[in-house]
Amino acid sequence: MDPELLLIILVDGLVYGSYLFMVAVGLTVICGVQKLLNVTHGALYAFGAYLAATLLILYFRLDWPQFGAFAVMLLSALFLGVVFGLIIERGLLRHLYHEDEHIIVLATFAAFLVLEDVLLLIWGTDPYLAPEPLGLLGATEIAGLPFDNYSLSMVLLSAVVAAVLWYGLNRTQFGKLLLAVIYDRELAQAMGINVNRIFLLTFMLGSFLGALGGAYQAPAISVQPGIGVEVIVLAFAVVVIGGMGSIPGALIGSVIVGVARAFAVHQEPALELFVIYMIMAAVLIVRPQGLFAPAKPRTI
Amino acid sequence: MTWRRDKTLWGLTLGLAALLLLNFVVPDWFTNILTLSLARGSVALGLLVLWRCGLISFGHALYFGFGAYTVGLMSRYLGITDAFLTIACGVVTAGVLAYGLGFLLRQYRGIFFALLNMAFSMILYGVLAKLEELGSTDGISLEATTYLWYAPLGAENKTALFVFAAILTWGVAVLVHLYLRSTLGHMTTAVRENEIRLGYLGYSGERAVHAKYVISGLLGGFGGAVAALTIGHVDPDSMVYWPVSGDFVFIAILSGTGNVVAPFIGALMYELIRTYAFDQFPGIWQLIMGGTLLAIIMFLPNGLWSLVERRRSRGGPGSADRLQAREEEA
Repeated sequence: MDPELLLIILVDGLVYGSYLFMVAVGLTVICGVQKLLNVTHGALYAFGAYLAATLLILYFRLDWPQFGAFAVMLLSALFLGVVFGLIIERGLLRHLYHEDEHIIVLATFAAFLVLEDVLLLIWGTDPYLAPEPLGLLGATEIAGLPFDNYSLSMVLLSAVVAAVLWYGLNRTQFGKLLLAVIYDRELAQAMGINVNRIFLLTFMLGSFLGALGGAYQAPAISVQPGIGVEVIVLAFAVVVIGGMGSIPGALIGSVIVGVARAFAVHQEPALELFVIYMIMAAVLIVRPQGLFAPAKPRTI
Repeated sequence: MTWRRDKTLWGLTLGLAALLLLNFVVPDWFTNILTLSLARGSVALGLLVLWRCGLISFGHALYFGFGAYTVGLMSRYLGITDAFLTIACGVVTAGVLAYGLGFLLRQYRGIFFALLNMAFSMILYGVLAKLEELGSTDGISLEATTYLWYAPLGAENKTALFVFAAILTWGVAVLVHLYLRSTLGHMTTAVRENEIRLGYLGYSGERAVHAKYVISGLLGGFGGAVAALTIGHVDPDSMVYWPVSGDFVFIAILSGTGNVVAPFIGALMYELIRTYAFDQFPGIWQLIMGGTLLAIIMFLPNGLWSLVERRRSRGGPGSADRLQAREEEA
């Protein structure tokens, strides 16, 4: 194959993969610690995109330094993560931890439906556009095609998020507590770890990451109804491919999905979705625990 | 238990009679709602069969969509509009697909089973939404349905389809009920409770799951075919996308697993809430649906059918044991 096309596919794939990683990483953190698949994550992504788009439109009307736009995105994600994390975890999930895992997924699906309509009530059905931050960073030419630096910066952001999470999990006290809860919740509780607090903080962290994914993506897309529905199932695919609860898994999974999708888009566009879910099914068939799930002793 | 004393069979038959009579009283649009609830109820019945062995599928829109698209493609490419033939083909193709995929899926339990189903349904979605030959995102519109030599038009067709679907659904529900009463049917609960012990007793849990999976696939195809004929149009977003699968699980939770009648009551409730919410509060109908689902999960975890059972069990001392015995029979 033409090496220039290959380069373009790789760059495209990395950009799309980092977009997927930003959404999937929050999902996988929640999944790893609380052992639940959280459908509301899609709504958090959508809320992040909407809030950031709205605030960015307002921000650029002021005559403040333009690079403050990035702070706007970060703060809106932080706000959403804390508020929604608190509402969903305390208000809903707290009462359901003893239930069957399927029931919890379904409860988050119900909450997702509710949040989708709340979104429509607040922002209506019109698309929101806030492309100004794209212009701030300019563009780079790769293999004769212009790529805007904003999209490329998403790869950087993903790398930073992955590094910070890795450091936080493996080198800080909170990370050690988290690992203890991941390995054995009851034993951790018996040792005096406040598992309820850990759950709440984890859920807030995960929700923040989901909202950040949406907020950072907002300038690059047209923010409109339905983006949450679309993204959550993709994030599910990535989390399953990488292994539920594994951060390196989510990283590799999103790169695999991103590059495979880029191949499909450039070679045979009709196969775009087919390829993604084919990989998901293949991974579930060959290695259902995911490519990077930690080894576990057999219980039987 | 003899046939004559089986309350479920009586209930199903009375329900069919009531539906057929109701059809003369209610307006046209309501007939459509009834037919659609029969279709969705059938899919939820398939999920009930799986749920009895502790499995939930997040991807049964796969079979629903497969049945619906079989009907749609037959109408578009072969010009076949006969209800007998199209529904039969929808059921058979979905059943064959379930039989094939069943060899894989029967090895999985818990969340992996649910997610693998979801992956397969999204593969179908991806194919349908992108291929122009299969209607792409616009879908396929169907020609008016015919019944052998009988070719009704307009409102008469809706009534004809409803009567046809009601009788077929009755037959399907009776068959599933008889199946659940059989030895193979009772193995559902055994798989859920202790599959290893089941193996030591000389039964194969995997084969039991496979059989149930094929049944749920057939029911999904049936529901999809009936829904396609009712709506007169098939498209990927409203028939194969992942929220559709979520809705089926929603109906199953709303109904409860107590009895084969439950999914149809649940599906009717679902359609009524949805239609009413969409009509009266178009801006917040999803909110109402989600709120209903949350309320059911929180306050009525065994579904609407548990209300029926609770009423039955108020029969004095020892009634709890009788309730349990009845659950095992059903």
